[in-house]
Amino acid sequence: MIKLTIDGKLIEVPAEKTILEAARIAGISIPTLCHHPKLTPFGGCRLCIVEVKGIPRLVTSCTTTVSEGMEVLTSTPDIEDMRKFVLELILSDHPNDCMVCEKSGSCALQELAYKYDIRENEFSGERRIYTKRDGNPFIERDLEKCIMCGRCVKVCDEVQGVEAIDFGNRGFNTKICTSFEEDLDCEFCGQCVAVCPTGALTGKLWAHTGRLDDVKEVNTICPYCGTGCNITVHVKDNEIIRVTSGKETWNEGWLCVKGRFGYKFVSSPERLTKPLIRIVPKTKGKPEVRSQKSEVKKQKEDNFLPITHYSSLFREASWDEALDHVAAKLKEIKTKYGPDAIAGLSSARCTNEENYIFQKFIRAAIGTNNVDHCARL
Amino acid sequence: MHKEIVIRVCMGPGGIAAGGKEVLGSFREHLLKAGIFAKLKEKCSSHQVGCLGLCARDVLVEVHINRNKTVYQYVKPDMVERIVSEHISGGKPVEEWLADDTFKTFYGKQMKIVLADCGKVDPEDINSYIYSGGYEPTREVLTSWIPDDVIDEIKTSGLRGRGGAGFPTGLKWELARRSKSEIKYIICNADEGDPGAFMDRAVIEGNPHSVIEGMIIGAFAIGSNKGYVYIRAEYPLAVERLKIALKQAYERRFLGKNIFNTSFSFDIDIKLGAGAFVCGEETALIASIEGQRGMPRPKPPFPISKGLWQRPTVINNVETLANIPYIIRKGAGWYSSFGTEKSKGTKVFALTGKIRNTGLIEVPMGISLREIIYEIGGGIEGGKALKAVQTGGPSGGCIPASMLDLNVDYESLAKAGSIVGSGGMIVLDEDNCMVNMAKYFIQFTQAESCGKCVPCRVGTKRLLEILERITKGQGRDGDIERLERLCNGVKNTSLCGLGQTAPNPILSTIRYFREEYETHIRDKKCPAKVCKDLLIYSIIEEKCKGCGTCMKACPSGAITGDKKKPHKIDPNKCIRCGACFDVCKFKSVGRD
Repeated sequence: MIKLTIDGKLIEVPAEKTILEAARIAGISIPTLCHHPKLTPFGGCRLCIVEVKGIPRLVTSCTTTVSEGMEVLTSTPDIEDMRKFVLELILSDHPNDCMVCEKSGSCALQELAYKYDIRENEFSGERRIYTKRDGNPFIERDLEKCIMCGRCVKVCDEVQGVEAIDFGNRGFNTKICTSFEEDLDCEFCGQCVAVCPTGALTGKLWAHTGRLDDVKEVNTICPYCGTGCNITVHVKDNEIIRVTSGKETWNEGWLCVKGRFGYKFVSSPERLTKPLIRIVPKTKGKPEVRSQKSEVKKQKEDNFLPITHYSSLFREASWDEALDHVAAKLKEIKTKYGPDAIAGLSSARCTNEENYIFQKFIRAAIGTNNVDHCARL
Repeated sequence: MHKEIVIRVCMGPGGIAAGGKEVLGSFREHLLKAGIFAKLKEKCSSHQVGCLGLCARDVLVEVHINRNKTVYQYVKPDMVERIVSEHISGGKPVEEWLADDTFKTFYGKQMKIVLADCGKVDPEDINSYIYSGGYEPTREVLTSWIPDDVIDEIKTSGLRGRGGAGFPTGLKWELARRSKSEIKYIICNADEGDPGAFMDRAVIEGNPHSVIEGMIIGAFAIGSNKGYVYIRAEYPLAVERLKIALKQAYERRFLGKNIFNTSFSFDIDIKLGAGAFVCGEETALIASIEGQRGMPRPKPPFPISKGLWQRPTVINNVETLANIPYIIRKGAGWYSSFGTEKSKGTKVFALTGKIRNTGLIEVPMGISLREIIYEIGGGIEGGKALKAVQTGGPSGGCIPASMLDLNVDYESLAKAGSIVGSGGMIVLDEDNCMVNMAKYFIQFTQAESCGKCVPCRVGTKRLLEILERITKGQGRDGDIERLERLCNGVKNTSLCGLGQTAPNPILSTIRYFREEYETHIRDKKCPAKVCKDLLIYSIIEEKCKGCGTCMKACPSGAITGDKKKPHKIDPNKCIRCGACFDVCKFKSVGRD
């Protein structure tokens, strides 16, 4: 453990911690924009500068590790002056259109501008002008709002391992872009959107649906796969308008494209809301087992009608009726052909508990070991 | 009679630009024609050498006959025939082509260590370097010294990093030696990017083996087995000569496994830079070698503890490394006898600008600016008045003419608001506008900023905008104070050396030439008559003969008038190109 004083407060933290981490442990706040606790330090926004006794220059607390006996000052008039200076520079090259910005209310830059009371800008000058142009349905890139904190580049590289974006160009024209500045064409996991501190990266589906302060947040689990990421569903007027995930969750806030952007199915009119029982066509003698095949054949002839066409072969039923129906059929098969004629295949979208119950049911209630899971396929 | 003839043709950057290759070819041709190789059985060699220093007089040719040196200046290929027939065959030098007295004063005050062998050894022949005593220091160090001896020797010599910051080299090596790691690296920083600076280029093109030797000794001292030379691809000749030198050093087994049959092995690779100025910054250079975008990383951790691929890494400048073999050869005491108390040895400067003798100079630390400019440099061109000397390139500042007796060393220059830097030295006369010069440098740093940190990316842009405004006559009250606040902020909050020093050219010109800024802002005038937008051209009626020359020269049709009657310039049509001013024989065009 290392002992150091921050703002006169003696604290003890493990070695290898940075000054910023130590300060946060001690409950001392230092403003940051480019820092993200799950990513390697960048040191580009220069807001977390602090004074360390014995070092002539101000150092960035996010990149400097603690050392024994270090004396740190996180806020002096000089430091605050420099922070305000840096913020003024960032805002001098920012659209400042918080009125219509998707991020307003949850924007780190807006929050700091408020805190440092920056109204007029002494350094106003040329602003970068870019046109939005990505054709993808998920991620909106508004490069004018980008403050070049590099979080998106880092998350794409360090967490996702995709490296779809990086810094391009030099000087004032530096920007985050894809190779050869082509349209974004990645797996659209949206991790970059999740870590962006400003409105530069937002979800296209979220546009104009509701900002953070007028939604109901519901914590739940992602329904897509057995990984079971914790998600927060943002609900407005009983409809999901956005999905996020907190840093404190076990999945550390990381999600994939399905979990983050694939929530529209919830309110889809095509969604099944009641059990369906297949209508067996009445034929003489044996039931016509080829009815389904002939249906497929018919579909081929009709140039692949949508799947919904099958609905004509089903009828809605109550849960009791549907479950009774399944139970009766299973019993019938078991009596006639024995339990090994039945096999169970469980879904990766089920939870552990559900999978446990399922195999118990197949083994104990049906009486066979023919049970498996789709994740093994 | 046995005559020993050596002809040396300058093939440094300046020499090649002035036609050195053609001159050398012409010498070979005419010597062969005259049969000097075969008939007279004379030992005669003509070879290319690195920079001889006085680039303003290129192509320079040295003719040595029985060790008597004669120097010709401004040599062109068609002059070679006469030199061969009259001088080499006839024994009578061609008087009118000889280098004059200023040539002697140019060398008189210089002290050459790093450049001593540039111009003597053939950079493409390792034997030439070995004959001059090369690789002897390496043999001695590797076979009979321990690493701590080397570190002590370099520390005693007082050598400091020649790349700009002036960190003591011996101390850097010692810290790297103490860093515990199985793998360590030594990197030669040859990414010379300051506008107008070509010291490193001249050393590599003129004497590449001295740098390789410096690296071997450095690697031995810190315990490294792998070195890189990071060199900019814009130096194709330097890269080529370095490649040849490395190949020859490997053939002679000065590099590779078990050098001089000791247990020490060392390899050197060349990495080409892709033209980013910021890659001269050590952490950006490391990122670039690792295959990342050249963006600086925050320090600490310093490269000596976590550098290339997180291993302890020493990064030394070309000139620093080239000093090493000579320090070992002649002793630390000899080296530290030159220079001042805190700045030892010599420094190479690229002397450019409004000075008579431009070129590469090597002077002992602590020499006064006056000596450099008036003795070595031969004074200002055209008899104009000296205004200031800019040192250290885009990271440096200006020293006004009133401080000409300032000593050139790390401390004195820093105190005056400038730096030694990598060694650019631009001489400015009364025709140079200081605001415009500050604008030029900030334009450069802004374009070369990597964009990682806010103050450098946006701050330098705002600085540039204000300076552009001032030089266009749109300066506002409070602009100087705004500049100062911005400079101060950028200096204090930038991540790397590029941003931290970018405001220096502005700060130092405000410090010494504040009234020039004020004249631009308040009176909308440029005293040096450089800022185009502030100039007003008019015709002085009494002097104008109405010849019409200016009218023909004007590209925008702004000049009207009848023959033999005074003409007029329409200020609304005038684009301030200055064509009329230049063509008028009667000096009747006024510029204000």
